[in-house]
Amino acid sequence: MSRAPSVTGAPLLLPSLILGMMAVAVVAGPLAFPPSYALPGPEAYASPSLGHWCGTDLNGRDLLLRILDGGRVSLAVGLCGAMISLLIGTSWGLVAGTARPGVDNLMMRAVDILYSVPRLIFILVLINAFNTRIQSAANACGWEWLVGSSRLVILILSLGVIEWLTMARIVRGQTLVLRERPFVAAARVLGACRTAILWRHILPNLAGILIVYLTLAVPSVIVDEAFLSFLGLGVQAPQSSWGSLLAEGAAAINPLRSAWWLILFPSLAMLAALLALYGLGDAMRRSLQAK
Amino acid sequence: MLRRLALLPVVLFCVLTITFFLIRLSPGGPFDSERKLPPAIEKQLLAKYRLDGPVSEQYGGYLADLLHGDLRLSTKYRNRSVNEILAQTLPVTLSLGAAALVLAVSLGLWIGVFAAARPGSPAEGVCLILTLLAVSTPSFVMGPLLILLFSMTWRLLPVGGWGSPQQVLLPAVALAIPYAAVIARLLHDSLRETLSEDFVRTARAKGTGEGAVILRHALRVAILPVVSYLGPLAANLLTGSIIIETLFNIPGAGGFFVNSILNRDGFLLGGVVIVYCVLLVLFNLAADLAIRVLDPRIRS
Repeated sequence: MSRAPSVTGAPLLLPSLILGMMAVAVVAGPLAFPPSYALPGPEAYASPSLGHWCGTDLNGRDLLLRILDGGRVSLAVGLCGAMISLLIGTSWGLVAGTARPGVDNLMMRAVDILYSVPRLIFILVLINAFNTRIQSAANACGWEWLVGSSRLVILILSLGVIEWLTMARIVRGQTLVLRERPFVAAARVLGACRTAILWRHILPNLAGILIVYLTLAVPSVIVDEAFLSFLGLGVQAPQSSWGSLLAEGAAAINPLRSAWWLILFPSLAMLAALLALYGLGDAMRRSLQAK
Repeated sequence: MLRRLALLPVVLFCVLTITFFLIRLSPGGPFDSERKLPPAIEKQLLAKYRLDGPVSEQYGGYLADLLHGDLRLSTKYRNRSVNEILAQTLPVTLSLGAAALVLAVSLGLWIGVFAAARPGSPAEGVCLILTLLAVSTPSFVMGPLLILLFSMTWRLLPVGGWGSPQQVLLPAVALAIPYAAVIARLLHDSLRETLSEDFVRTARAKGTGEGAVILRHALRVAILPVVSYLGPLAANLLTGSIIIETLFNIPGAGGFFVNSILNRDGFLLGGVVIVYCVLLVLFNLAADLAIRVLDPRIRS
């Protein structure tokens, strides 16, 4: 069956290039700024100029520097969260795909149910419930690093916990197909046990599709994180992410003077990252399907 | 279908239980806030809601109250019960959600059919690129940008508020656009696949016009993935409306939800979560029913 060549099908290179440049920019970029740019300065709400390419925020900090710093948090949360969702989704899908029909049915029904409840809302309540507990536990154990970043850690964990559903469905579907293939039967005849078949025969054949859905999970986690941070319930000051920058921009809207750069530039940064990630994932998915 | 219906109370029970324990684990007691209650009143309230006993009794009491339709008192807004707050705010949230749902589905279907009917043409390419762009623009990015353009620069529409049709337009569009794009891409893909099937070839061979082939024959099958996306879509719209309501100053339940977390207003928080979940579970049931009506293959 031939598919019409789609415009988004061909270019894998462009989104990869954009993502690579972004990764370099958010890691190395902030080093190029004078230290005073990160601190509150006299020029609050300065519009973009040669000194401040993206203008300054309400405290006179350089917006471009904040976008790069925030981007590091957003991208890191996205990547780590997606990894966790990959881990959970793959295990769930593999087990469901190889289990008895009754167990499989139960596991996939659970996925259906989770799909239809407002998961982000539960995550909000969950973060709210556990953050102070984790902090006091970290204090008690003397884990300094966890006290400062407990919010980030719990954010990554909980976002990973809600984004695995699609992954589980895809993996289960593929596993059901793969386990009927002759090479699996051959392995069974040769005396391979169930775990060996899973690890050595089915999992390697899932690698392509897993990479595709990992790529697609990263932008979803980034969006979820931005959603939470926009509401002020995700990343907390002094840390910032694209979501909290957007919230600051939205809060600066007033009828007398619009600080348009506070909205436009964080939006553009986020848009570019999401577009590149979705574009890359979509292009890979289409080329995998066409095979 | 009966199995699905039987599952309903189980799901609701799980949701209620999880909500109750998450809220109990949240910091702060139900009646401590900046304005301390007189000890006698607090004691009476605790006794009324059976919060002075062990956890199992508190849990049982909460479930019993819920079964009687009592979502209890808000701790922040002392003079109002959660039922009253929700009765006032939920219609606002639901009308915004319904407007966004209609917009997302109609726009998505139209773009999806439009693109799939023109395979390999520049128009299809433009549609695919535009929808990819829209998928990558979450509502909380779209919202501020729309305000910037339509309210601040061109001064065509109000910045926020609720009541007039103009005030519904921007928030509904901001909420709907990303999901319209998801539906369009979903429908485009499934329609392209359906159009290569045998029954479509047969319809074409009979001499049916291309428009009728797509709308009367292929769309009936291709629309199924879109119908099964309606459940998750409703969940996403309800979640997304939380930000859109705060952004556009809309007096809906979403704003109260955010405030209830910040104010540690446990019963209000629980009330919003539970009502949202019940609504979504019912909506999903309706979507399931629709799939069954539309797709005879599932019934057998």
